[in-house]
Amino acid sequence: MLEKAITGSKNYWGWLAFLLAVIIAGVLAYLVQYNKGLMITGMSRDVSWGFYIAQFTFLVGVAASAVMLVLPFYLHNYKDFGRITIMGEFLAISAVTMCLLFIIVDLGKPMRALNMILHPTPNSILFWDMIVLNGYLAINLVVGWVVLSSERKQLPPPGWIKPIIYLSIPWAVSIHTVTAFLYCGLPGRGFWLTAILAPRFLASAFASGPSVLILLSLLVRKLTKFDPGKEAIQSLAKIVTYAIILNLFFLSLEFFTVFYSQIPSHMTHLQYLFAGYHGYGALVPFMWASMICGLLAIALLINPRTRKKEPVLGVAAVLVFICTWIDKGMGMISGGFVPNPLHEITEYSPTPLELTITVGVYAVGIFILTILYKVAVGVKEEIGDFKPGDVAPSH
Amino acid sequence: MAVNRREFIKIAGLSAALGLGGKAAFDLVLPGQVDAAQMSRPPQALQGSHWAMVVDLKKFKSEADAMALQEICHQAHNVPTIPGKQEIKWIWPTKFEHAFTHLENRQIPPDILETPVLVLCNHCENPPCVRVCPTKATFKRESDGIVIMDMHRCIGCRFCMAACPYGARSFNFADPRNYFKDGKLPNPDYPTRTKGVVEKCNFCAERLAVGKLPACVEAAKDGQLIFGDLNDPRSEVRKTLRTNYSIRRKPDLGTQPSVYYLV
Ligand code: SF4
Ligand code: SF4
Ligand code: SF4
Repeated sequence: MLEKAITGSKNYWGWLAFLLAVIIAGVLAYLVQYNKGLMITGMSRDVSWGFYIAQFTFLVGVAASAVMLVLPFYLHNYKDFGRITIMGEFLAISAVTMCLLFIIVDLGKPMRALNMILHPTPNSILFWDMIVLNGYLAINLVVGWVVLSSERKQLPPPGWIKPIIYLSIPWAVSIHTVTAFLYCGLPGRGFWLTAILAPRFLASAFASGPSVLILLSLLVRKLTKFDPGKEAIQSLAKIVTYAIILNLFFLSLEFFTVFYSQIPSHMTHLQYLFAGYHGYGALVPFMWASMICGLLAIALLINPRTRKKEPVLGVAAVLVFICTWIDKGMGMISGGFVPNPLHEITEYSPTPLELTITVGVYAVGIFILTILYKVAVGVKEEIGDFKPGDVAPSH
Repeated sequence: MAVNRREFIKIAGLSAALGLGGKAAFDLVLPGQVDAAQMSRPPQALQGSHWAMVVDLKKFKSEADAMALQEICHQAHNVPTIPGKQEIKWIWPTKFEHAFTHLENRQIPPDILETPVLVLCNHCENPPCVRVCPTKATFKRESDGIVIMDMHRCIGCRFCMAACPYGARSFNFADPRNYFKDGKLPNPDYPTRTKGVVEKCNFCAERLAVGKLPACVEAAKDGQLIFGDLNDPRSEVRKTLRTNYSIRRKPDLGTQPSVYYLV
């Protein structure tokens, strides 16, 4: 099927060339980092994780969201999603790949990464995160490829794939739960030390991932002959609506517990993020922008009249993306480190090189996504599946 | 393994004869600081099953007192002086309110609030840094409780830095060797680290192994720092802790620090 990726329009090749250029810039920036060490980043003794780990955390959520297509289709026989589960699975592949790359570029000694396997340490959550992420990548590669191949032959997928598909459902939940455990099990980091962190991560994942899928669906319909279908997009929109509301609700639970109990070691981080602390407040405008985007998105999504207008829905999806990206990709990690365990304040902001590497990793992910979507859409076009109802679902 | 006094003298004499140095032997017989009766093989090593330190804040008059000890430690372990927020430090003075964030109390006498408090790795009995390390590069040595690192195994993921509730760990953001004048190491007998690994106070494991007290303890004046075996009721640390009220940093987190403070 891969041959579908090597035939394409001028625009397709131009887009890949552009991504390649961005990737090369990222690789060059990474070479500088590799030679000089992480000193080229804005990280410090106090804020020892920065942009890389934050993007990793955000993208685990995007990856997990494939389950929002798989579950309704396979467990509830929701037909409208049948045609596009492949989009969720391929998005997951690209997102998990970026996650793994972000971990690698964050390591001080990347050449020793295999030590995690050579000296397996089950008491470390990072060990489990490595297992669930790689497992999730493998599951989605196998499921996506096998199901798409059968679809091409217009045969039902082989029976052995079913258990793996069912396995992918709890597995998707596990990747974001385990990722939350990285943070919420650390004593002395009051910002993360909350049992609601994993539910918050999941809620934001099921908001951000499906909103990316909505945008991708609109894009695919515009750029190709394949139409993911109005119904499917509207169903995704409902999922995003519930999830973004839950996400902000969970955040408000956090606010209540923290500010009603008034325990300083938990309060100071939220104060730093949302109001500034002892004159430091680099993230305050961003956090409020995130809140406003989230609330605006809810206003647009909750009203069926606006939600059903696809251009408005597109705007709402972008707002959800911005809201969740700022929350996790900016606030979640630095917020936990400021103030530090001695109640001192060191702020963090990424350097241009660090941003170049970050953008480079995103470009790798989008490159992979482009190729996978090209293949998927190629198969759809080949079998004449252009809009819902064209082809009887074979699985 | 306890040995009696006669055996100890024999061992001390033997280690002196083997050229282990008068200094090491002298450290061993420093009354109280390390209990001689705890001696066992290898003969030159100090023996203890739970090393601990007492920091007597009353004995620190000025920040300079504390900085002098930092200087000693950093020289002994080739810790580079890196300006800015990517610094590396194994032991450093901070203020009372920063060291003891859980003891918020505005009515503490001003002299205590102003006393420099030396902080370092607590060699926790229940160390979160060990719990999170994905490679066992950070581990607790069962024989004597020291939380120690294998610099050759560390992958630089910095999970341990996020997990340590005391800010005791530093990361080599750059190659530390670039920060020594003309590449000359302060202590050629101690290894340097490479860029990309984490490091911290190791309770001078390399010195204990040859019968020496930790460098900072050795340099401390007038009982500022006391070092010994917490499991030995006759050790100086135990005697001190028995007769003085001591505090530890963030005891509520259940990490069980092995560094105690007298105020
Ligand atoms: S003080 Fe920090 S680095 Fe030292 S043992 Fe305790 S948790 Fe680990
Ligand atoms: S940075 Fe090194 S010592 Fe710390 S958790 Fe990672 S591998 Fe372990
Ligand atoms: S015990 Fe040794 S390593 Fe630790 S602070 Fe003192 S001199 Fe430094």
